[in-house]
Amino acid sequence: MALDDLAEQLFVRPKGFALANYIGSDFTPPDVRGKVTGAAKFAEDIRVDGLVYARMLTSPMPHARVRSIDLTEALAMEGVVGVLTAEDVPAAAPPRAAILTNEPVFVGDPILAIAAIDDTIATNALQKIKIDFEPLPFCVDPLEALGKEGAAARTEGNIYAPAGFGDDSSGPEEFRWTKDQLDGFLGGEPPEGDTPVQWSFGDIDEGFRQASFVLEQNFVTAGYAHHSMEPRSSMAYWQNGRCYLHGPSQSQSAMLPGLAGMIGIPVADLVYINENCGGGFGSRSTPYPMLVLPAFFSRKINRPVALHLSRAEEFYLGKARSGFQGHVKMGFRDNGRICAMDLFLVQDIGCQTGFPSAASAAEATSLVYQPETMRFRAIPVMTNTTPKGAQRGPGQNQIAAAIEPLLDQAAINLELDRLQIRKTNAPDNDSFHGPSQQPITSAYIKEALDKGAARFNWAEKVQRSRQRRGSKVTGIGVGQAYHSAGRRGYDGLIRIAPDGKIHLHSGVGNLGTYSYASTTRPAADLLRCDWENCVVHYGKSTENLPWSSAQNGSNTSFTHSRANYVAALDVVEKIKSIAAEKLGGSADDYGIADERVFSKRQSAKSLSYAEVAQAAIELGGRFDGSVVPDEIHDVTKLAVANLRGTGLIGVAKDTLAMRGAVPALAVGFVEIELDLETGKYDIIEYLGVADCGTVVHPKGLAAQVRGGAVWGFGMAGLERHVYDRQTGIPANVGFYQCKPATYMDLPDTIGWDAVDLPDRDNPVGVKGIGEPVMGCAASAVLCAISDALGGHVFNRTPVTPDMIINHVAGRPQSTDAMSTNTF
Amino acid sequence: MASFDVMPDIQLYQPVELDDALSLAERYGDGGWVLGGGQDTYGWLKDRAKNPQAMIDLSGIDSLRGIRTTDDGIEIGATTTLREIIRDERINRDFSLLAQAAGRVASPQIRNVGTLGGNLSQDTRCWYYRRGLACYRAGGNLCYADGPESMNREHAVLGASRCVAVSPSDTATAMVALEAMMVVASASGVRSIAAEDFFVGPATHITQMTALEPGEILTAVRIPSKWAGQRFYFEKVADRDVWDFALVSIAVAMRLEGDSIAESRFVCGGVACTPHRLKNVESAARGNSLSEASADAIAPLASAGAIPLNYNHFKLPLMENLVRRAMRG
Repeated sequence: MALDDLAEQLFVRPKGFALANYIGSDFTPPDVRGKVTGAAKFAEDIRVDGLVYARMLTSPMPHARVRSIDLTEALAMEGVVGVLTAEDVPAAAPPRAAILTNEPVFVGDPILAIAAIDDTIATNALQKIKIDFEPLPFCVDPLEALGKEGAAARTEGNIYAPAGFGDDSSGPEEFRWTKDQLDGFLGGEPPEGDTPVQWSFGDIDEGFRQASFVLEQNFVTAGYAHHSMEPRSSMAYWQNGRCYLHGPSQSQSAMLPGLAGMIGIPVADLVYINENCGGGFGSRSTPYPMLVLPAFFSRKINRPVALHLSRAEEFYLGKARSGFQGHVKMGFRDNGRICAMDLFLVQDIGCQTGFPSAASAAEATSLVYQPETMRFRAIPVMTNTTPKGAQRGPGQNQIAAAIEPLLDQAAINLELDRLQIRKTNAPDNDSFHGPSQQPITSAYIKEALDKGAARFNWAEKVQRSRQRRGSKVTGIGVGQAYHSAGRRGYDGLIRIAPDGKIHLHSGVGNLGTYSYASTTRPAADLLRCDWENCVVHYGKSTENLPWSSAQNGSNTSFTHSRANYVAALDVVEKIKSIAAEKLGGSADDYGIADERVFSKRQSAKSLSYAEVAQAAIELGGRFDGSVVPDEIHDVTKLAVANLRGTGLIGVAKDTLAMRGAVPALAVGFVEIELDLETGKYDIIEYLGVADCGTVVHPKGLAAQVRGGAVWGFGMAGLERHVYDRQTGIPANVGFYQCKPATYMDLPDTIGWDAVDLPDRDNPVGVKGIGEPVMGCAASAVLCAISDALGGHVFNRTPVTPDMIINHVAGRPQSTDAMSTNTF
Repeated sequence: MASFDVMPDIQLYQPVELDDALSLAERYGDGGWVLGGGQDTYGWLKDRAKNPQAMIDLSGIDSLRGIRTTDDGIEIGATTTLREIIRDERINRDFSLLAQAAGRVASPQIRNVGTLGGNLSQDTRCWYYRRGLACYRAGGNLCYADGPESMNREHAVLGASRCVAVSPSDTATAMVALEAMMVVASASGVRSIAAEDFFVGPATHITQMTALEPGEILTAVRIPSKWAGQRFYFEKVADRDVWDFALVSIAVAMRLEGDSIAESRFVCGGVACTPHRLKNVESAARGNSLSEASADAIAPLASAGAIPLNYNHFKLPLMENLVRRAMRG
């Protein structure tokens, strides 16, 4: 049977061939025991013979040039083994991240590393190094850098606006607004200056002409840290020409080509071990410079090298969310329908390439609110601040926090229900999005709103809006968010061994979401096998793992349930073909159940999977991995080559149909009690509802909805970067300074639910969800604050107690309306 | 920036007798670091921002630990943990103000190991100072937190003198309100210092937060029975309900005669380099009842004399609001 035919058959799930065993059921992922008992090893735990320890000397200045380095005293110390400087590693074309640099562009930018026989000696040696710096101009606020007089973060320019994501040919450019343009925007006027990034659809001027109500506002959303618990320490050594690299990353197989390229070796010569990753949240989904530093150092001094980063260093250089300084103008019809949307964003991309969060924000705006016409403009401006990258809903969640309270404001002005205005603008399966109005695979946010409203008792609770008890006032809020959540084109790899074990090879990184394992369960379902008889391989390239997408963008559940599905289809087809070969008849004559293949007409005619695997070895060719499909990725081919002849090999690339973006959508409902005298609020109740397609792993989903809510509460009221404008040093280089929400800042329980309607383009109905479950919580809380205060008051996130106190007291806010990286 | 996070090689002494600890403190003077629960020690040392020669660990000295009844109140050993204070029956009965203040320190984990002496003696949390910049408090000649572009939301609105850092201790406000006496020992003897004098501002000593001199160790705190069982009010406003230091806190002890306030002590934290007594509020409160009307009348006095910095003028209405809440009854 052809693969596509079988896929078609399974898509419609004929009676007797339902996928029901493992989809939607909980299980214990293989890594959990180690994390609970402490047996799990992280990169910093790894020791090998001859290991030396490296520490970095980083820049105390936000922008400088290294004139000279005096290593005399440090290198003379007993126990010091060597030094690695910018001259020892490949140079990076600005604004790309350098491994080491002589022109640091942020406080904490690594200049050199020194290795010694232990951490203490390496640290002592750092204190003996003398560096002469030439200070260079710097900036920590994008709008200052955009003005004629503002300092450029890089000597090459002040903005970085590549033609597209991944464009390697672009570099920094000079791009300035006039003083009048900048002063106007800083003064609250709509933006008038040019922008290097823009797109539109529809006639926006006509859209605004048709509007019966227009709302516009300048706003600021803060950037802040990722809070990964594991600092990005890594370790490397060389053996027989191969580089063995231990390090934390969200992704596994997707890291290989990039890491090998950075080190300058073929993928086949890299062994990458990443069994456990102590948090990433977007900050380590792709190769990053610190990860390969030990490889260069080890090659230079011919010793295994462990690079240890301190907690503070993780905050200094470990990536951060981009902040926005923006303007939005929205035109509404009488019924609340958005007929025009004009979005402008200045994105703080830090001192390196950043991440196109502004574009993501615009895409989200076009999808969640389905404006009839839209214009998007953006300026990605560099600052001498912590490098920016993707962070959980990068752009999508900031824009949810900015726009959702405005939607409430429009509802008030138009005398509409706050839920109804969202449903009026909500996407469905027939919706389109983005500049070229692309289709989507599914959207059930209306259903999520209805389900959430019923469970939250919205109609009843909203009656309590603004009720006062002493100094406390109740606020009720609802928020929405989106992230694209799926890709195609990746590989699945399954092996049935002669002992009957089913080996599920997952190239998915173990970033703490269990998706490396949960996405293999559709394959186990399809193979009609006992999960206890399955072995999930992950976390080391020596485990022979297939080509995988990076574990970012909420994509893994959709992407790799498909990849494992097509690999399982390949296995099923091969099992049946082998049965036909051994027992007679054609493949179509056979069915599978209980880890056996049997004749549909004579069930006694059957083979166990163990016998099938042995037969596959005997038959060779495509059955045992000796012959592989041309279209699979080279990484997968390497893995299959290592497995060849050891059993039945199922391997396939996901070429299933996919009509467009895969929307992960989420809504949040919240009740808060805000104290007008302290500026504090308690979150009394929160409910998050996910449109994640069919629920594949309930406990994993619960963790995502709850964890995302905690992150959202931090975005709404607590977290922000603060930089000193005199010195360029960041104020937030530890957990307590960054203020992620703690248990004491949360409601007693965080409710969760899911629409549980299947996505149309995933064979088991699954979509991702990790990112929007944060944005909906943040925006719901911000809407509740506005509700409590009787209208949308603040134009920035986070909304902190001092802002509320000042507002209630009728005092001006301390912070300029458009400043960022500030209190 | 310095963020080494690696302990230096350092002498560690673990005396079991107070005399031995005092002898070590005298021997090392400025170079000795007295160690209680370690919560304001290891960060400094691991980042090499403070470089003492030796640590004198007090945790093995039994006489420094525990809560004892005295002829006139109670005495709390300096290495008594905050958790022990929070759970002590007598303190909860007679001096619940202290139990409440201790209960808002940092986090449960820190309260389990953090000591009373450490909480009272801890250094300021000014982020510029903690980052190792050469400011006045670090022996330099500049205050980075008091410039036209400084990020000073959490800094002082009262009592500044070159340095604008604030006292971070939650228990300090309670101790000043309760008129506690600090027992300070050295090799040459023992002296008692009123809590109000124990905490020193930058005009007195810009590199110290307390009156402790090199060679001296805070051994105990005595709380007189004067305020036992009286009316108390404590509230701490911080960004988060755990871990964070106070934006503004208030500790209040009041003695009522009938419905009237006969005597009171109002002490604010987070607004000055020392716990700040609101003496004008105390004066105005005398003879007033606890009511919404008197709260409204007296609250505006709370911020009198305050001079806000760029980002902290919210502390003025917040101080007023906290006084208002304490006065409501």
